Amino acid sequence: MCRTSTFAALVAAAALALLPGCGGPPPKANRPVQIEYWEKWTGFEGDAMRATVDAFNASQKRIHVNLLTVSQIDQKLLLACAGGNPPDVAGLWSYNVNVYADKGAIIPLDRYLAKAGIAEDQYIPVFWGICKYRGKVWALPSTPASTALHWNKELFREAGLDPNRPPRTIEELDAYSEKLTKRDASGKIIQMGFMPSEPGWWNWSWGYFFGGTLWDGKSKITANCPENIRAYKWVASYAKRYGAQQLQLFRSGFGNFSSPQNAFLSGKVAMEIQGVWMHNFIEKYAPNLKWGAAPFPHPADRPDLANTSITESDVLVIPTGSKHPNEAFEFIKFVNSQRGAELLNMGQRKFTALKRVSPEFLAKHPNPYIRTFIALAKGRNAYATPQLGIWTEYRDEMNAAFDDIWLGRRTPEEALGQVQARMQKKLDRELRRMHRLGRSL
Amino acid sequence: MAGIDKRSTKRDGKGKPRMSRSSWRETRAALLFISPWLVGLFGLLLYPILASFYYSLCEYSVLEPAQYIGLGNYADLFTDEVFWKALGNTFYYACLALPLGLVMAIAVALLLNTGVRGMTVYRTIFFLPSLMPTVALAILWLWIFNGDYGVLNYAVSSSTGWIAGQVGGLGHAMATHGMGLLGNAIMAASQHVKAQGPPWLTDPSWSKLAFVVLSLWGVGHAVVIYLAGLQDVPVHLYEAADLDGASWWQKVRHVTLPTISPVIQFNLILGIIGSFQFFAAPYVMAPNGQPARSAYFFAMMLYDNAFPYLKMGYASAMAWVLFVIIMMCTMAALKLSSRHVHYEGGA
Repeated sequence: MCRTSTFAALVAAAALALLPGCGGPPPKANRPVQIEYWEKWTGFEGDAMRATVDAFNASQKRIHVNLLTVSQIDQKLLLACAGGNPPDVAGLWSYNVNVYADKGAIIPLDRYLAKAGIAEDQYIPVFWGICKYRGKVWALPSTPASTALHWNKELFREAGLDPNRPPRTIEELDAYSEKLTKRDASGKIIQMGFMPSEPGWWNWSWGYFFGGTLWDGKSKITANCPENIRAYKWVASYAKRYGAQQLQLFRSGFGNFSSPQNAFLSGKVAMEIQGVWMHNFIEKYAPNLKWGAAPFPHPADRPDLANTSITESDVLVIPTGSKHPNEAFEFIKFVNSQRGAELLNMGQRKFTALKRVSPEFLAKHPNPYIRTFIALAKGRNAYATPQLGIWTEYRDEMNAAFDDIWLGRRTPEEALGQVQARMQKKLDRELRRMHRLGRSL
Repeated sequence: MAGIDKRSTKRDGKGKPRMSRSSWRETRAALLFISPWLVGLFGLLLYPILASFYYSLCEYSVLEPAQYIGLGNYADLFTDEVFWKALGNTFYYACLALPLGLVMAIAVALLLNTGVRGMTVYRTIFFLPSLMPTVALAILWLWIFNGDYGVLNYAVSSSTGWIAGQVGGLGHAMATHGMGLLGNAIMAASQHVKAQGPPWLTDPSWSKLAFVVLSLWGVGHAVVIYLAGLQDVPVHLYEAADLDGASWWQKVRHVTLPTISPVIQFNLILGIIGSFQFFAAPYVMAPNGQPARSAYFFAMMLYDNAFPYLKMGYASAMAWVLFVIIMMCTMAALKLSSRHVHYEGGA
């Protein structure tokens, strides 16, 4: 109660401070400013955001946020911006930030941040990095996530492995996988220890676990750097060992991700890389599953790569043309306050992008491994998607190359070499375009 | 429009049309009444078409002003191996799905036209699947194609299993009746024939075929059109054929098909257009045409460039290339088939 009222007072004070600055007629005392907010979530994730919006609306009387659930939000927001009628605030994905910033579709927040006392040192670096681009801050995180190796303890026990000791090196992972793989009498695979193709959302990312990158941060694509070649040779080794044909057949029996037929939840694959959200799906579809989460293994000869994790974050942005940017920022600020962030992320069962976490949040969090995920995000081997304007294309290109390698249709050198050539050409063109427009990375 | 002009204009002595006040008012009213359509035609159809041609000559990301780059997009397109791959996939699909769909639709329509009792019920049943929303259909087919649990592979394995069983039984009989070696060989071979069914959507060599199979689902639309055509076939032609002692097949070949040939041509052209624009089902079932872009169709690539990649200029160029391809295929189809198309009354 006490915290709520202090917060309300703070918001009111901030609102008063901002009031003279905003254009148009001042809102009447009994008519709050209406803020349109587009967000992508449905289900319990949507409910969590709705609860956060309600908390914000209840915390003060000056601003009222209207939450609208919008599918394919990135594209619809773009068209709304092009049409000159965007919402006041919107939730995007991390890889949209630099693209939208480059297109001038979202406004930089630095001016507001300074006023609100929000600064880089309050955030876990990788998430601040997602929001920062070309020296400016264009977004603030809403629901961050990191990825870890999830393993099925029951299957470990059946295979004679210690269920509480996940593999720590890639070599161990391969050995465990061998033990955890089962075939029926006809030789058909019925259970796999590990499959680099599952769940398939980070097929582009295997290089990072071997010390590779996809881009030098400036003008060079590094798709076929030696580390990446090594990573995808490791991917190919699975197809060689178990047979590409066999693996395809096995894979064709997997159900939808969000269903009890999910490969990991149904015990068909014993180890899988997954995000902090996996716990929610386990609760929903396989509540009796005994599982664990740990940092993904690193190559034995590269101990410096321990705790490598691909991170992502949903972000809040103010589109160019927002009618009430000041009020929109008030809402973003609320979601980035410790209270707002913990309310939202407890609801979505993720963690917050803030360095400071309340002890209650950790104590009450339903995910038993939440500390592991936070530690991975804070670690120095936490990576986010490269801030490249052509990232979506690059990702699709990498995924197609992965398929070719995985199915044994091309060698890693060939497939990645092709990605390298194609994407370098596209990056060169992008850089020329940026140069023409007077921008630099 | 032409009709209105004729009625509402008078010609003066010099042969120039001149409008009286009242007929002008009439024209104005008419224009006003059709204005929703005019706005639609010019604002929502003609302008976007022309604009897309202009944008196909530009680098355009929707939010930033378009930059003219001449034929750059077209040049890039023709050197882009993914473009050729998508185009190849689309042709592959069209070449299989189109004739298969045509034959299937005509066959079903002929069956439905035999005058069996309860025909309207059958017609409804065959038409129903084509009413299903494409996304729901795609989700359903994901299950049908599931390599392990899918009903399609269940059917494949149980039917081939049955055949294999019969053949194996024959082999066994041969082996016990003194043809040991051959019989045993047949028995061994039959074990392998009991096929598992392919992993439809995860194997690059099957994924396109999966979509060909799926395309037959929507054949009901064409069936209804054919049925309408079949009802129009004059009965006296059949009677004459009966008098000449024509068989069922001869009647189909020489009476039915020539008479409904305009309908076939119509469906063929719709089919060409439809299969080149094939999009929704693979977009849902095989994002990015996975595995390995084996199910990456032209319209998917166009969409990916337009929206996720924000390369509206490139996508516009693709749209114009697609337009030219469809135009050429349609014209070729018209030219090749017009010799075989008969219109009643010799039109």
